[in-house]
Amino acid sequence: MRKTLGKFSVDYLQILDEHGVVTGVMPKITNERIREMYEQMVRARVFDETALKLQREGRIGTYASIRGQEASNIGTAFAMDKEDWLFPSFREDGTMIARGFPMSALLQYWGWDERGMAVPQDVNIFTIAVPVSTQIAHAVGYAWAMKLQKKKVASVVYFGDGATSKGDFHEGLNFAGTFALPVVFICQNNQWSISMPRSKQSASETLAQKAIAYGFEGIQVDGNDIFAVYTAVRDAVKKAKEGRGPTLIECFTYRMSDHTTSDDAKKYRDAAEVVEWEKKDPITRLRFYMKQKKMWTETYERELLERVRKEVDEAVRTYESTPPADIEDIFRYTYAEMPPALREQLEYLKRSVDETKNMGGTNG
Amino acid sequence: MVEALNIALKQEMAKDSSVIVLGEDVGKDGGVFRVTDGLWEKFGGERVIDTPLAESAIIGASIGLALGGMKPVCEAQFDGFSLPMLDQLISHASRIRWRSRGRFAAHLVLRFPYGGGIRALEHHSDSPEAYYAHTPGLKVVIPSSPYDAKGLLVSAIRDPDPVVFMEPKRVYRAIREDVPETEYTVPIGKANVVQEGSDITLVSWGAMVRECKEALALTPYSVELIDLRTISPMDTKTVIESVKKTGRAVVVQEAPRNCSVSAEVAATIQKEAFLSLKAPVKRVTGFDTVIPFARMEGFYIADEKRIAKEIEKVMKF
Ligand SMILES: Cc1ncc(C[n+]2csc(CCOP(=O)(O)OP(=O)(O)O)c2C)c(N)n1
Ligand SMILES: [Mg+2]
Repeated sequence: MRKTLGKFSVDYLQILDEHGVVTGVMPKITNERIREMYEQMVRARVFDETALKLQREGRIGTYASIRGQEASNIGTAFAMDKEDWLFPSFREDGTMIARGFPMSALLQYWGWDERGMAVPQDVNIFTIAVPVSTQIAHAVGYAWAMKLQKKKVASVVYFGDGATSKGDFHEGLNFAGTFALPVVFICQNNQWSISMPRSKQSASETLAQKAIAYGFEGIQVDGNDIFAVYTAVRDAVKKAKEGRGPTLIECFTYRMSDHTTSDDAKKYRDAAEVVEWEKKDPITRLRFYMKQKKMWTETYERELLERVRKEVDEAVRTYESTPPADIEDIFRYTYAEMPPALREQLEYLKRSVDETKNMGGTNG
Repeated sequence: MVEALNIALKQEMAKDSSVIVLGEDVGKDGGVFRVTDGLWEKFGGERVIDTPLAESAIIGASIGLALGGMKPVCEAQFDGFSLPMLDQLISHASRIRWRSRGRFAAHLVLRFPYGGGIRALEHHSDSPEAYYAHTPGLKVVIPSSPYDAKGLLVSAIRDPDPVVFMEPKRVYRAIREDVPETEYTVPIGKANVVQEGSDITLVSWGAMVRECKEALALTPYSVELIDLRTISPMDTKTVIESVKKTGRAVVVQEAPRNCSVSAEVAATIQKEAFLSLKAPVKRVTGFDTVIPFARMEGFYIADEKRIAKEIEKVMKF
């Protein structure tokens, strides 16, 4: 005998098409909220452009641009409640800023200064995870802790399309499904993992469908449509907090820039593809919508840009006027209490810097 | 060094059709440091393979490929991303020969760039050689010059044991020297006496050899500089003979100190050359902390002045 045990389907959600036309069910949000969304996307864009410029001028180091992914970044921040936790990878500057992470600290992070990784006390964001996929299990564990303590808190974890190839992704999703944990998995499928196109990353038609194998729902959303991202994450967060388990959300979006400023996408990517995606820009799209609803004027845009640029410039000033760290900073957070052997090393370094004068930085 | 490695790969691939290259972005992109540049164009996508982002599968599949008769040269993009490979390396690659009582072996190479000094993000500046050197059955090779890089990589590809080949990324393009076009090998397990001397032995490897060379100019003493080139199995003979002659030794590494390769060197010296020693063996190492980001990195990686200072201390012991 042979019979079919399972069949699956994967939903795709779009609410606002690339012309700003509503094609789905609008979430119940006020115009005020929509304006805030727009502002956060613009802030993310201005921050991104500024960071790229600073990198070119040698004022910060390697930087991973979020251009084109603003809706996928920002929609989530609006769909999460303050008590929820964000577990970022390294392409969520927009989400982090919208959740209250200081822009000056982000610049510090990209600007060769680990002090920029310190998350403010009242901000529920875990540290940036550079090793791809490794943060997924952390979010799962956090959600587990919330469940064990009967707290109504969801954890939301970000990762890329490339990340879905790693064992950490599969192990993490399996745990979440098995223990029915309040976690929301957000895959920013920006179509590229450095030089690897999405089609070669996995033979699966969608990345969303991978959730089905682990016993929960996966959905693909138009990642350049902030209403779709917001709706999907909002539903998933609600579901998580009601004890109905995890969700995987694939945000179908596009990496408009090089992978990082150390990369040159011209080597492997067709420029025509980028031009096509330019038309789907998430910010332009929301602007079209707001224009139709008479929520957007040129004056509004001008004032907004001016305000946001000022904020970003202020963040740059704060970053660049931060005094250098002291030598002890290298040692300080290795253990809760510095072991004697490490203290000896610190004392040695202090002496050694005195003896050899301007030794520091010669290898940097 | 990037070019030297690239030529070594090209020559071995042309010579032996079982040699294949696999890893993240090694194909069309030519690797993030361009070490595999042009290979994909020359040998095609079946032999120069862009893999999905999955380090454990890259090394695990390489073991299988090797068992199936291929000679995989796989890549981890950075030091920090070689760590997901540890399980497959320690649990399998290193002990397949042992477990199968000699029937099977993992004839493969794992290459990756390591070390600091390139102003990179976290996990892009580590020196994890001790993890690998601690594993019986693995060979660990770290070249310091373009010439050695080419010759050692050829040896690694031909070596029947699994070889972890660590490339000092901060001297990838910083050291320039003419490298013969013709095929040659540099033997694994043989250290290089970079400069002969009679007062003190300076032992190092990889990127730190450059700082050691610079330190030579800052010290009045006659220093014998040894570049280990292979971390495991180590050429202890060359080191011991040198220390027997000089009576003093300083070991320089970039990695943190605790349970590191320099400890192995020091232990070997005190065991085999104890009666020749005029001073305790000194170690100049990274600190037992995470290597800091670029702004503070220069305090972490010993520079030529710190090395010269430590040489002086040992001389004046
Ligand atoms: C475990 C691991 N391997 C390799 C890398 C190097 N690396 C950084 S980002 C990246 C591609 C990630 O692609 P994706 O998951 O799609 O995220 P995206 O960069 O597109 O946002 C790679 C290979 C890494 N950071 N971690
Ligand atoms: Mg991607």
